[in-house]
Amino acid sequence: MAQPLVKKDDDRDEEADYSPFLGIEKGAVLQEARVFNDPQLDPRRCSQVITKLLYLLNQGESFTKVEATEVFFSVTKLFQSKDIGLRRMVYVMIKELSPSADEVIIVTSSLMKDMTSKTDMYRANAIRVLCRITDGTLLTQIERYLKQAIVDKNPVVASAALVSGIHLLQTNPEIVKRWSNEVQEAVQSRAALVQFHALALLHQIRQNDRLAVNKLVSSLTRGSARSPLAQCLLIRYTSQVIRESANNTQTGDRPFYDFLEGCLRHKAEMVIFEAARAITELNGVTSRELTPAITVLQLFLSSSKPVLRFAAVRTLNKVAMTHPTAVTNCNIDMESLISDQNRSIATLAITTLLKTGNESSVDRLMKQITNFMSDIADEFKIVVVEAIRSLCLKFPLKHRSLMNFLSNILREEGGFEYKKAIVDSIVILIRDIPEAKETGLFHLCEFIEDCEFTYLSTQILHFLGIEGPKTSDPSKYIRYIYNRVHLENATVRAGAVSTLAKFGAMVDGLKPRIFVLLRRCLFDTDDEVRDRATLYLNTLGGDGAVVETGADVKEFLFGSLDIPLVNLENSLKNYEASEKPFDINSVPKEVKTQPLTEKKAPGKKPTGLGAPPPGPPSTVDAYEKLLSSIPQFANFGKLFKSSAPVELTEAETEYAVNVVKHIFDGHVVFQYNCTNTVPEQLLENVTVIVDASEAEEFAEVASKPLRSLPYDSPGQTFVAFEKPDGVPAVGKFSNMLRFIVKEVDPSTGEAEEDGVEDEYQLEDLEVVAADYILKVGVSNFRNAWESMGTDFERVDEYGLGPRDSLAEAVNAGTEAVPPNSRSHTCLLSGVYIGNVKVLVRLQFGLDGPKDVAMKLAVRSEDEIVSDAIHEIVASG
Amino acid sequence: MSMDLDDCLALPGFFSVNGSKSTEDCNDVNEDSCPCIKNILLLDSEGNRVAVKYYSDEWPTNSAKEAFEKALFSKTQKTNARTEAEIAMFENHIIVYKFVQDLHFFVTGAEGENELILVIVLQGFFDAVGLLLRGNVDKKEALENLDLILLCLDEIVDGGVILETDANAIAGKVASHSVDAAAPLSEQTISQALATAREHLARSLLK
Repeated sequence: MAQPLVKKDDDRDEEADYSPFLGIEKGAVLQEARVFNDPQLDPRRCSQVITKLLYLLNQGESFTKVEATEVFFSVTKLFQSKDIGLRRMVYVMIKELSPSADEVIIVTSSLMKDMTSKTDMYRANAIRVLCRITDGTLLTQIERYLKQAIVDKNPVVASAALVSGIHLLQTNPEIVKRWSNEVQEAVQSRAALVQFHALALLHQIRQNDRLAVNKLVSSLTRGSARSPLAQCLLIRYTSQVIRESANNTQTGDRPFYDFLEGCLRHKAEMVIFEAARAITELNGVTSRELTPAITVLQLFLSSSKPVLRFAAVRTLNKVAMTHPTAVTNCNIDMESLISDQNRSIATLAITTLLKTGNESSVDRLMKQITNFMSDIADEFKIVVVEAIRSLCLKFPLKHRSLMNFLSNILREEGGFEYKKAIVDSIVILIRDIPEAKETGLFHLCEFIEDCEFTYLSTQILHFLGIEGPKTSDPSKYIRYIYNRVHLENATVRAGAVSTLAKFGAMVDGLKPRIFVLLRRCLFDTDDEVRDRATLYLNTLGGDGAVVETGADVKEFLFGSLDIPLVNLENSLKNYEASEKPFDINSVPKEVKTQPLTEKKAPGKKPTGLGAPPPGPPSTVDAYEKLLSSIPQFANFGKLFKSSAPVELTEAETEYAVNVVKHIFDGHVVFQYNCTNTVPEQLLENVTVIVDASEAEEFAEVASKPLRSLPYDSPGQTFVAFEKPDGVPAVGKFSNMLRFIVKEVDPSTGEAEEDGVEDEYQLEDLEVVAADYILKVGVSNFRNAWESMGTDFERVDEYGLGPRDSLAEAVNAGTEAVPPNSRSHTCLLSGVYIGNVKVLVRLQFGLDGPKDVAMKLAVRSEDEIVSDAIHEIVASG
Repeated sequence: MSMDLDDCLALPGFFSVNGSKSTEDCNDVNEDSCPCIKNILLLDSEGNRVAVKYYSDEWPTNSAKEAFEKALFSKTQKTNARTEAEIAMFENHIIVYKFVQDLHFFVTGAEGENELILVIVLQGFFDAVGLLLRGNVDKKEALENLDLILLCLDEIVDGGVILETDANAIAGKVASHSVDAAAPLSEQTISQALATAREHLARSLLK
């Protein structure tokens, strides 16, 4: 075995912190690394120095470029030594140094020699190192050896080649895909891990070919995988196949379900669990299918191993969201887990119980939880609070005891996130359970008496200002609010002043008292507080007689700013002081969505074909600038909305095109973002020929061709249409990409003189009514809804027909719908073309076993618009 | 429904829209298929590194790595993970861990990973280290044989993909390399045999 790196002292026992690396220093170790250059290598000493270098790297020390290069070059000298141990360390060291391309060349021949060595260990490791540091060009040279290695008799060598293949598939897919036959052979290997690695690689090679995956799964599920890991993979692939084939088999048996169920009787716990989890995650799993999986998970609950208990309870917790009754059998085991040493397990058990419990067991559970809450961390408490909130919404009759529980824990010690979770829960309960309102508000009032978090205080004060005046006795809240003006910091004081003003505005009887309090605030030390007090006194008429509060004052106090603050901030920054006052209407209302920039790590991007490069930034500002810079479109007026890019080509085609629809009052501009993915081609004079025969109200007025489109650098071409002013005209457009293609010599990059005219069919494009609706965030929907009034309200009901669950009916992108909910409300707001504000309230409910009904209520400033929205829905 | 309004949900007051959770897997391993290890850590009883290996770029800098280690250490240090491997959820990762003497072993995987797969990797690492250190598993011994620990890490996982989980196989691959190749063949086999015998003895004494 390796020798200790420093001579042991006799008295080292007394030294508590003895370490062979005590006092190690980078400079000195780099000096020591010179032994690598000795003509007579001492393998043992060299190993020790490498260990020291690795130790430094491991401790987070970094080498400069020069240092790393120097070390790398001297390490390469060590290939001369025949010592196996030293060679092993050299391999690790090279991987750690991750040399640059020009350095790699130095070791390539040594590694290639090792790769064809007779020693298995050399072969296996040389493959791993070489594949780690190599680039595509070298790969073609060694491809032959790698293919051989995949089917090597030695399992270590085969695994090394297969795992390297898994990594290389990300960077050089076209090469690795050529190894299918060898990989296929390796899947039949007797060695357990080789089979696992081969299966993983084979699946990744074929994952885009649904039929091939299907075939792979059905052939393998009949035999049996040798290693538990391979079996786990097979289970994953099987559930993938089941997921994808879900549409074809509405009736009858699920394909491969028997295989999953069979895996529940496997001898490895890992496989049993993987199968059980896969079954619980099947789409629309029936209780008959669930039962065997739940049974094995229940057994795991009483295992002596914490990991098993955790895995089981975590899965059951998820099942409880969709099939609470299926989990009730486990409740007794679950209850004993409340006292589990591992608090993660205990928390999961509690929240599962809260989901599966019935009304009568609530009180008993709450007692258990109260004891439990004192000894878990905040993060777990938050989970419990959220579970209690949903329990309360499920059993509104129990609101008294649950609300009490929440107010008790609100008084205890806790961090901000925890307190916020409790406050949020109370607020939600107040909103949804009218009977809980007064007690809830009272608890919140008590909380702000002694609340250390400014944010929570101001939020609660704001909430009080809206809800408080509507209660039976608003006057009792005044004391709590005014106390804030005395005792708190300026931010909270300002918030309290606003809240007082709201009470004054809503409750005429309280006006005189409010005015007295507000006048006192005029002497506050803080500007903001004084300013607010002055403003409110004036708007509410506090200097004279008590008058009825005007509608515009109410709008001012309660209305929400319907402009995103970011946009307002930008506009204010751009505003230059002049005669012209700042016009708030000039602020764009569109909610900016962060463009999904490539979050992926560099190097992950497929080379050449595949992922089209990101188009120009998709923010409104950028579009506006771009469009106004084009003279043909300059007189179209203000841009109303730009859609998200719509792909007009399949992925991995020669030319990638997507389109952005820009809507103006009287025009529509299509912006085609084109990318040429063929390196040997240069496209010139690129236009899109648009056939608008199915869009009668549109007439083409202008277009702007793209002069030249070289390989891999996106460009845009535009086509503009005229349409009736302010009318949400819809229609379908077919597109043809027309261009002159010129051959490019890949070696020189120069294009040939003559080109050929060519066309490329794109997919159709539609302008739909939704393009005329701009999304606008509303901070308080209820207020906006109520202030809009019922003048132009249109309500109608629609049956959406049978759906498996609500989540399926409610389109993604709104809000996650809890899978077991019977109803869901979704609130939408937007601006229709012509600047008409629209609010929509959609209520979904399960009607009968599977039928989903939708109630659509639309309010807007214009009757026609309300009707139009209904038309969109009815036809959509 | 073709309405584009769907995604412009405006939530009142206190509600906060959940940010989309990114489930980023190991750098180059496809999610939803191959089990993936994000890191393997070996820390001492104060949370300092003995040897660590990261396979995911979720912790791009050394300070991010250290912060993760510190937080993980303080979250787990009071638990009793000496007889059975323990488990924790932490920053959207699943972490399994086991302690012996003044050494803390951790294996991190994605939130959705099969916990039992992570635990066999942990067990493989833990047992292999036990074999390589002949049962004297503590910080001092580990540092003195750091080369073996590093080779051990290298043999268990390659770029996030599980390479081997059987402790005997791992230790065998690591140990066979330290035998002097220059020694005559007969001697080599004898010293190998001796090493194996010692290992078995040490293990049986431990049990």
